[in-house]
Amino acid sequence: MQSASGEPALQVRNLRKVYKDVVAVDGLDLEVFAGECFGLLGPNGAGKTTTIEICEGLNTPDSGEVTVLGRRWGKDDRELRERLGISLQETQFSEKLTVEETVQLFRSFYRKGPAPDSVIDMVQLGEKAKSRVGTLSGGQKQRLALACALVGDPELLFLDEPTTGLDPQSRRQLWGLIEGFKSAGRSILLTTHYMEEAERLCDRVAIVDHGKPIALGTPRELISELKAEHVLEFALAGNSTVDEGPLRQIKGVCAAAHQDGTYRLQVEELHLAMPGLLGELRRQGAQLSELRTHSATLEDVFVSLTGRHLRDE
Amino acid sequence: MSERRRWTDHPLVQLTRVRYREFFREPEAVFWVFIFPVLLAAGLGIAFRNRTPERTGVAVVAGDSGAARVADALGRAPDLQVLVLPASAAAEALRTGEAALVVVPGPREVEYRYDDTRPESRVARLLVDEALQRAAGRPDAVPVSDRVVHERGSRYIDFLVPGLLGMNLMGSGIWGVGFAIVDARKKRLLKRLIATPMSRAQYLASFVLSRLTLLVIEVGLLLGFGVLVFGVPIRGPLTVLVALCLLSSLAFTSMGLLVSSRVQTMEGASGLMNLVMLPMWIFSGVFFSASRFPDSLQPFIQALPLTAVVDALRANVLRGAGWQAVAPELGIILAWLGVSFLLALKLFRWR
Repeated sequence: MQSASGEPALQVRNLRKVYKDVVAVDGLDLEVFAGECFGLLGPNGAGKTTTIEICEGLNTPDSGEVTVLGRRWGKDDRELRERLGISLQETQFSEKLTVEETVQLFRSFYRKGPAPDSVIDMVQLGEKAKSRVGTLSGGQKQRLALACALVGDPELLFLDEPTTGLDPQSRRQLWGLIEGFKSAGRSILLTTHYMEEAERLCDRVAIVDHGKPIALGTPRELISELKAEHVLEFALAGNSTVDEGPLRQIKGVCAAAHQDGTYRLQVEELHLAMPGLLGELRRQGAQLSELRTHSATLEDVFVSLTGRHLRDE
Repeated sequence: MSERRRWTDHPLVQLTRVRYREFFREPEAVFWVFIFPVLLAAGLGIAFRNRTPERTGVAVVAGDSGAARVADALGRAPDLQVLVLPASAAAEALRTGEAALVVVPGPREVEYRYDDTRPESRVARLLVDEALQRAAGRPDAVPVSDRVVHERGSRYIDFLVPGLLGMNLMGSGIWGVGFAIVDARKKRLLKRLIATPMSRAQYLASFVLSRLTLLVIEVGLLLGFGVLVFGVPIRGPLTVLVALCLLSSLAFTSMGLLVSSRVQTMEGASGLMNLVMLPMWIFSGVFFSASRFPDSLQPFIQALPLTAVVDALRANVLRGAGWQAVAPELGIILAWLGVSFLLALKLFRWR
């Protein structure tokens, strides 16, 4: 069921959108191949939602080209709508309808697609089919939104922050459902500011900041570009500081940065860097108050590119 | 390849059923649309029911020697309830409405004290004067006889029921459509809906369709109550009555669409709807005749859709008016329908 001859599911060229005083999208290019899950990863306000809504035909760009499934918005809207599945950020479905009635309503808009019951089962809401939407939990509401996106048997699925605000368990449940859709060979464009989500679901990721892509590749590629498999973070007792210069000289350390009392070292070989760090701190007479280490993630890619974290928490 | 579908799977049917579900699952909406107008008609109908005329209270100021003679003369008049009171108590009775008129007997003449803006006071003046003059020996110059008639259709309840019907058509049209649309816009449900292949015309049509069917219940309940409980006559051709209700409801539904075409918040919607409806609640003659307002306001009042609706309904229900008689009002209703609908289509925002 893929589009003909390896044509990309979505192609965006030099997209630009300016609101009154903010440049939301600033010359963005991206391409989603048929059958892949592509992630737009970035902090709030990076222009992810504006970008995805332009691709969905719900917003118009100031300039740039968008080709969806080989078609253009403004010409083939009705046909495109039949072939797309969309889950918006923060849609509230009518609270007085039941899950079943809501899915039936959305199913009625499409010419073809699975039966409402089977979609409800697919998103694991079978037990809640007769419940009012108003009684659902946040995770159940997101799964209902997914059901309404899947009910027209779409070739391309747009998901705008599908798991924002959900607890870890609901998030993992939703990830499983999205993976199921992906394994059926359909294409997905999703936005998120959770790096674990992008790492787990996405074949390729574009990291966007201030409306521009600043990195593009598979999650593995992006992380390996850091040239450091590990990240070592520490803080010092009292308000003492250490010189960063000597830290960079430690064997196994690629880069060092200091922000808000936390030192971050990008480390290639942890077993060499750790003793070196402890020796250096002793030499400078500093006392550790915290020390932790983790494998490098997309979050670290973002931090090393922008100096900021994805989420300001 | 589209599969064969049941008719209930048609999007227009689904959308319209959603309207019903949202309405009937909201007990408050059901109360205000169906029950409240009937309660209002019942309450006002009982409060202003026609009674055997009460005796009018009249106070006679005690003290002067003439007081007893005056009180005696008035006491023989069947329609008067006479109280003999000291001057201060008599003034108090006039203020509180216990007495409609105060009679002050004097040595040479009798003084009537009353407020000439109170209809019952003016009636009391005539009754008292008649009784006193007759007691003093004035003859009747013309022989007269009384024959009392109680005509159905001329009572306050008869006047009220078509007015309430019009007001209800306005409220349910503007509120029912307006709130539902603004709520859907605020919840970004409108935006989600246009992200599907749904036809926008069918979405708007579902409001019209559901209004028209709810209308049958709404009109049936209120008119049925008026006819069965208070004996309100329905004198006009039923086809005209049905057409009036349909077109009025469509006009108010269009106004609801227009009012809600851009508003983003419920507070904004509520304010705007009240702004639109308030002049009609006051001026359109639901509870009392619109002709009581000054002539300078009449062109404005007559142009209001509710004035046209209420006037046409009264003409049809109470005076048996047919197509020709309600043509001017129908014109005004159709103009509101057309203009509101076209403007709404032009202004409507789906996001």
